[in-house]
Amino acid sequence: MAKTEIPPEAVIDDDRTRPRSTPVKRARRARRQSGATAGSGRMAALLVSPTLLVLSIVVLYPTLMALNESLYGPKGLDPKTGFISPTEPFVGLKNYADIFGAAADRFWNAFWNTTFFAVVTVGLETVIGVAMALIMHKAFRGRALVRAGILVPWAVPTAISGLLWRWIFNSDGIANALIGHQVLWTTEGFHAKVAVIVAEVWKTAPFIGLLVLAGLQVIPKEVYEAARIDGSGALRQFWHITLPLVKPALLVAMLFRCMDALRMFDLPYILIGAQKNSVETLSMLAQNEASNVRFGPASAYAVLLFLYVFLVALAFVRLLGADLVGDGDGRPKNGRRWRMPLARRTEVTA
Amino acid sequence: MKTNTPKTTTRAVRCSAALAVGGLLLTACGSSGGSGSGQEGTASFEGRGPISYVAGKDTTGTVQPTIDRWNKLHPKEKVTFIQLPTDADAQRQQMIQNAETKADAYTVLSLDVVWTSEFAAHQWIDKLPEQQFRLSKMLRPAVETAKYRGGLYAVPASSDGGMLYYRTDLLKKAGISEPPATWAQMTADCAKVTKPAEAKGMSCYAGQFQKYEGLTVNFSEAVNSAGGTVTDASGKPDVDTPEAKKGLDFLVGSVKDGTIPKEAITYQEEDGRQAFQSGKLLFLRNWPYVYALAAKSGIAGKYAVAPLPGLNGPGSSSRGGHNMAVSSYAKNKATALDFIKFMTSEETTATFLKDASLAPPYASLYDDPTLIKQYPYLPVLKQSILHAVPRPRVVQYGDVTSAVQQEAYAALTGTKSSAQALKDLQQDLQKSTAQ
Repeated sequence: MAKTEIPPEAVIDDDRTRPRSTPVKRARRARRQSGATAGSGRMAALLVSPTLLVLSIVVLYPTLMALNESLYGPKGLDPKTGFISPTEPFVGLKNYADIFGAAADRFWNAFWNTTFFAVVTVGLETVIGVAMALIMHKAFRGRALVRAGILVPWAVPTAISGLLWRWIFNSDGIANALIGHQVLWTTEGFHAKVAVIVAEVWKTAPFIGLLVLAGLQVIPKEVYEAARIDGSGALRQFWHITLPLVKPALLVAMLFRCMDALRMFDLPYILIGAQKNSVETLSMLAQNEASNVRFGPASAYAVLLFLYVFLVALAFVRLLGADLVGDGDGRPKNGRRWRMPLARRTEVTA
Repeated sequence: MKTNTPKTTTRAVRCSAALAVGGLLLTACGSSGGSGSGQEGTASFEGRGPISYVAGKDTTGTVQPTIDRWNKLHPKEKVTFIQLPTDADAQRQQMIQNAETKADAYTVLSLDVVWTSEFAAHQWIDKLPEQQFRLSKMLRPAVETAKYRGGLYAVPASSDGGMLYYRTDLLKKAGISEPPATWAQMTADCAKVTKPAEAKGMSCYAGQFQKYEGLTVNFSEAVNSAGGTVTDASGKPDVDTPEAKKGLDFLVGSVKDGTIPKEAITYQEEDGRQAFQSGKLLFLRNWPYVYALAAKSGIAGKYAVAPLPGLNGPGSSSRGGHNMAVSSYAKNKATALDFIKFMTSEETTATFLKDASLAPPYASLYDDPTLIKQYPYLPVLKQSILHAVPRPRVVQYGDVTSAVQQEAYAALTGTKSSAQALKDLQQDLQKSTAQ
């Protein structure tokens, strides 16, 4: 027991603190270090494995099962007994062929709706979100109140905000009272798209505002002071300092929003209604198939949507250099520790 | 009894797979699986003990007290009331999800009348012993909705029919004593009534024309009331006919000439009720539940009901209502059977009529003078139900109703001519009833 008087750190530090060491000792140390690395590698693998296990159970396995399910057709009706057959027939890629064949019109319509919603809503949300972040970042009296106020829409569940906006866009609703002209928002047409976009932007611009605000708060004040001394105006400061410095946070926020918008389901479904061609998204197609007890075709739609979302995310990471992992400067920009597959980090210039 | 293939065991996972991948907000899940017990005869109803009763949200607050009454009498066979959302589609999805996972959480299901075929064909509900229920005392059309291929799979708990609500005060002022029996009479009445000052800004007629189940109901009623059919007696679609076109033309023409106000294509039941109650409509097609609510509104005492008008005389309603069935995967089925008998008894359905204006399945209740005094619409409702035409009774009802909604809505909004819409509908229906 008496031996423990020596603090453990001292023993470990012993080697390192010695300024000069003989080559033999160095070699031994190197060997010891590499041994330690292999050991810690094993340790790391051991420590990470539960996470990997959980990930493969909750992500990989379901994805593969969905892929598998998409190869099965709907159960048939036995004309003799009048009962639905208990098994699904294996149909190979027929579900996909049907989507691009018989149901192509509906699929491409939903595809363009999805894309249109994603591009327009994320574009608007970015502009409005940045503006919100700038306002929330300013020091003024009652800032806490404004911050809370801006975040309220984000806190409302989408389904509830869908109901809320349906009330607003009712034929006798506030929207029509304001514009003094009766637009039947919840019918088919471009106005239905507008209604969805308004509700969606209202709901999720605060999310971008929140992430950008976090980005704003890590910009050192000195940079602005220097710019002021150099005589640059507010607009110039925003364009050349603020925007480049929040870019990593902004890109991550936009990526998240994009992925969300591509899977948009509840807002058009509740606000405008099921099977409205002008607002039908890919998720709604999958839901429609699933609710008619055709899980094979539903999975096929879901797989296609998954691929689309995956490609968009990949494009974000590769082309725009969205920093998802946050290891660019050794400081995580957000708490998430997941890495996009194949996501080689490209340089984010600050 | 039921063999679990490996496929069945992974059902929940596969289902969540589709959800995880699509990131969807689905409630309906499931997949293939071997439920192949192939009930040829009636299932055995054994076991007593606690069960659950699953229905849509009870907006009237009358279901729980009824269940409490049962629970007091049967302390060892307690019934728990599971309330699902008000939206019928959401109810159906949750019930399907329960069945696909073979959960025993749901025992007695309250099914919309149009779901019977689908649930029976999938063997999600058990075939019931017909002789144990007093079906002969019930309205025949209501009993028909509970059957699939001749077998009884559910018991009618409530029946429903559409009726024409109209403003008695305004018709009287215009010198009209009888409610209209035909569409032409109705529009003529409107022309007379909308002249006086107090009827200014009023529209003539509305039903439920938003793109949802209500549109299927209203479209079918228009087609049936003009002498056409959506599906014939054997379930084959037969909608591309001159009669059906006359029915659809009535709706399309009325929207065009303003008989039906433009905003009615956004109306569901409640929107129409509110428009009628706030004095914006002279005529409204709706279900019996409106009667009790309108009595508490500003038009109390100024309205009455009549059978739906048709092309050449009274029209036909679509049949609504709910049936009770036993989930195939439930426990304590003997209790379930007793509970269904209790809930569908003449006595219980009479309470539902009194407290919630739910139309009972028993013929005798419609002829009870004391009840008629309290609910003057009962004779009209009885006629409506007796002459009601069922919506297509097919296994793939979901596909059929969405095809109807798609084409009828296209015609109503003017993106398709009614002839083209019916032609396309006939094709779509043939496809979805082919199997």
